[in-house]
Amino acid sequence: MEYKQTRMGYVHGLLELARSIPELVVLDADVAKATKTAEFEAVYPERFFNCGVQEQNMLSVAAGLALEGFLPFASTFGVFATCRAGDQMRNSVAYPKLNVKIGATHCGISTGGDGASHQSIEDIAIARSFPNMTVLVPGDYEEAKQCTIAAAKFKGPVYLRFGRDAYPVVEELHGKFEIGKAKFLKGGNELTIITTGIMACEGLIAAETLAKEGCDARVIHMPTVKPIDRQAIVSAACETRRIITVEEHSIIGGLGEAVAGVTAEVCPCYVLRVGVKDVFGESGESNELLNKYGLRAANIVNAARQLLRMSI
Amino acid sequence: MTKELDLSALKAKSRKIRKEIVSMVYHANSGHLGGSLGATDIVVALYYHIMNHDADNPQWAQRDRFILSKGHCTPVIYAVLADCSYFPTEDLKTFRRPGSHLQGHPFQPKTPGIEASTGTLGLGISTGVGMALAAKVRKENHYYYILCGDGEIQEGQVWEAAMFANKYKLDNVIAFVDRNYLQTDGNSEVVMPLNPLKPKWESFGWHVLEIDGNDFTQVISAVEEAKKMKGKPSMIIARTVKGKGVSFMENEASWHGTPPKKEEYERAIKELNDGV
Ligand SMILES: Cc1ncc(C[n+]2csc(CCOP(=O)(O)OP(=O)(O)O)c2C)c(N)n1
Ligand SMILES: [Mg+2]
Repeated sequence: MEYKQTRMGYVHGLLELARSIPELVVLDADVAKATKTAEFEAVYPERFFNCGVQEQNMLSVAAGLALEGFLPFASTFGVFATCRAGDQMRNSVAYPKLNVKIGATHCGISTGGDGASHQSIEDIAIARSFPNMTVLVPGDYEEAKQCTIAAAKFKGPVYLRFGRDAYPVVEELHGKFEIGKAKFLKGGNELTIITTGIMACEGLIAAETLAKEGCDARVIHMPTVKPIDRQAIVSAACETRRIITVEEHSIIGGLGEAVAGVTAEVCPCYVLRVGVKDVFGESGESNELLNKYGLRAANIVNAARQLLRMSI
Repeated sequence: MTKELDLSALKAKSRKIRKEIVSMVYHANSGHLGGSLGATDIVVALYYHIMNHDADNPQWAQRDRFILSKGHCTPVIYAVLADCSYFPTEDLKTFRRPGSHLQGHPFQPKTPGIEASTGTLGLGISTGVGMALAAKVRKENHYYYILCGDGEIQEGQVWEAAMFANKYKLDNVIAFVDRNYLQTDGNSEVVMPLNPLKPKWESFGWHVLEIDGNDFTQVISAVEEAKKMKGKPSMIIARTVKGKGVSFMENEASWHGTPPKKEEYERAIKELNDGV
C-alpha cells in the first residue's frame, strides 16, 4: 500500500492553482515547514506571507486580503486555527462570509508525539458550528488535492482539514469530487458505514471483514462534513436502518452528530459513532494512538456487531 | 538564601542535562532539540543555584515556580526535574510514549515539578502572571520564573500578559526571552521582526535586562538585579545559541523539531562528552 501525506496534497493543490489564479496568496504562522506551505513559498515568494507565531492576526489579515479581492489560504495547525483563532475565524471570516480558505494541518490524534495540546479533535465541531462555513475533510493525498482545488473555485469561507502523518492512498476515493456530495465506495443493504477523512480506508477494511461474516455493509465517504449530503444519509437510513459513523475526531460535534441530526429528523435509526470518546489524547506514534483510541477497522467491526444485535 | 557559586559544577550539570536531552529526543524519535539545548544554562542556573525548591515536597507553598512558556522544550525541564529527583531518571525513557507522564508538552496534572500546562505558545506567561498575582494577593514572597521563546513573543497574548503584569506591579515575575533569533521557519528577524526588543518591553512598563543566556554568571547576576527592582516585573532578554553544545546543531533552524539519526546522536553525545 502506498502512503502519502494529505498536507502534501494541500500544497500540491495550491501550486497547481497558483498558475491560473493570480489572486491566490498563501499565509502561514511560523509552521510553513510543517504545513508544507514552505514549498509554495519556494516557488512563489512574492505570494507568500509568513505572519510569525500569530494565528489570530493571520486570520484577520486574511480577511483583509479577501476584502481587497485576493484569495487567501491561511495555513496553520488545526488546533491553533480553530481554538486560538476561533474568534477571528468566526467574526472576521465566517460572519461576513469572506472568501478566505483555512488550510489546517496536523489534525486528529494521529499528529502523534506532540500530544493532546496539539491534537485537534474538536476542530470539525467548531468549524461546522459557524454559519457560512464549509468544512472539507479529505481522506488521502489525492482527495486533499481535490478539496483544495474545489475550495479555491468555491466562493466563501472553507475550512480544510489535513493530517500530519502519511496515510494510505485509497483508489476508491479518486472519483469526481464535488463539495457537498458523498462518495459511494461500496454497495450494501444491512448497515452503512459513513466515514470522513483518513477513516475511509478503515471503513473499507471493516466492510471486507463484515462481508466474510455474511454482513453486506454499504460504505459512504463524506469528504464534505458541511454542507452534509442529506440525501446520501436519508437513503442509507431508510434502506439499511443502521449507521456507523467513523471520524478521527471527537464523537462530539463532528460527522457523527451531523449524520445523527439528519436521521433524527427524517428517518430515525440507530447511529453508532466511532471516534475519540470525549477524552484528550496523549503523546505516542500515530499508529499506536489510532489503535489505543479505537479508530481502527476492528472498532468499526465491533460497532457493527453490536448494531446487528440491536433490534430495529 | 545565598548559595556559593560553583561555576564548574554548573557547567558539568549543563553538560549532563544536554546529554539527557539528546538521548530523550533520539529514543523518542520525536521532540525539540534546538530550543532545549540553548535554554539549558538558564534552566540549570535556576534549578541548581537560584530557585528555592524541594523535590521531596513539590507542593511546598514558598517554593519559587518555573514556568516553561515555550512548552515545546520539555526535554530540558524533564531532564532537570529528573536530575533533581522529582521523578526517577528511568522515566525519561518514556518521553512521548503512550501512558507516560512525560508528554510532548508540559502537563501539570501528571508530572511532579511541572507548574503549568503549556504547549500553545503564549499561554505560559499569562498563567505565570496569574499565579504571581495570587502570590501578591496573599502577600507571599516567592518568585515566578517564566521562560518564553523569541518566536513565542510574537503572539498577541504575550503582550496582553505584559500589560497586565505592569498594571498589578508584579515584581515577583522574573521572565526570560530566550533570544536565539530562530523559530520554526528560520531567523526571527526575517519571519517576524522583533527588534528593537528592549524598548518594547520597557514601554510596557517592564524592567529589562540584556545578557548572554549561556553565561551562568550573567544569568545569576541578572536575576539578582531583577529581585532588587520593586514595583515592576522584570524581563531578561537572554541571547542564547539555539542547539548550544552540539556543533552541528548550533544556530541551525533545521534542528528545531527534528530528532537526530543514529550517527548524529552518537556524534552529539561524543561532542558533549568531550566538552568541545
Ligand atoms: C500558538 C502556537 N502556534 C504555533 C506553535 C508551533 N510552534 C512550536 S515551537 C514554534 C516556534 C517557537 O520559536 P521560539 O519561541 O523562538 O522557540 P525556540 O527558538 O526557543 O525553540 C512554533 C511556531 C505553537 N506551539 N503554538
Ligand atoms: Mg527562538
